Amino acid sequence: MTLTKDDLVNSLYENLDIPKSKATSIIETLLNNIKGKLESKEDVLISGFGKFCVKEKKDRRGRNPSTGEDLTLDARRVVVFKCSGVLRETVNGAGQNDLAER
Amino acid sequence: MNKSQLIEALAKEEDLALKKAEEVVNTVFGDMEKALANGERVEIRGFGSFKIKNYEGYQGRNPKTGEIINVAPKKLPFFKVGKELKERVDIS
Repeated sequence: MTLTKDDLVNSLYENLDIPKSKATSIIETLLNNIKGKLESKEDVLISGFGKFCVKEKKDRRGRNPSTGEDLTLDARRVVVFKCSGVLRETVNGAGQNDLAER
Repeated sequence: MNKSQLIEALAKEEDLALKKAEEVVNTVFGDMEKALANGERVEIRGFGSFKIKNYEGYQGRNPKTGEIINVAPKKLPFFKVGKELKERVDIS
């Protein structure tokens, strides 16, 4: 199973009683706000979930693997996600594994 | 930007009460968290996808003391940025 935008819309409808058309618009706005912030190089921190950071990558020398030709890979800007400690514990089934790790 | 600023912006733009916007944001990320906790994938078109990666345990060393320690196997959420977001963020 994969969680998609549709599932989020349904969840807002079922859990918060928000009509589906409104819920769709809300989800789009929320995602667009996050994307806009990242686009303007601002990090977005969702406490308890994780942090979306914008990282600058310098240009570097690389090679075309199929031709062996040398080339320069341009500088680029990428989004990285750092998961929060809370989320990390949740996906590892907090409680049981916690003790084993120590 | 943090979660409360995200909530404020959403409330304003979608004409929602602050409390409602807070519930929305918590529901959205809570649902994603639940899916990941169940080992499910999350796929948000234009934004990105999350999946759980399994890492095997290994023998490591405490860099400070040199002591050998066993690192237990673990799961970590992995985010792959979506096409639209990737293009918007990159230097054009």
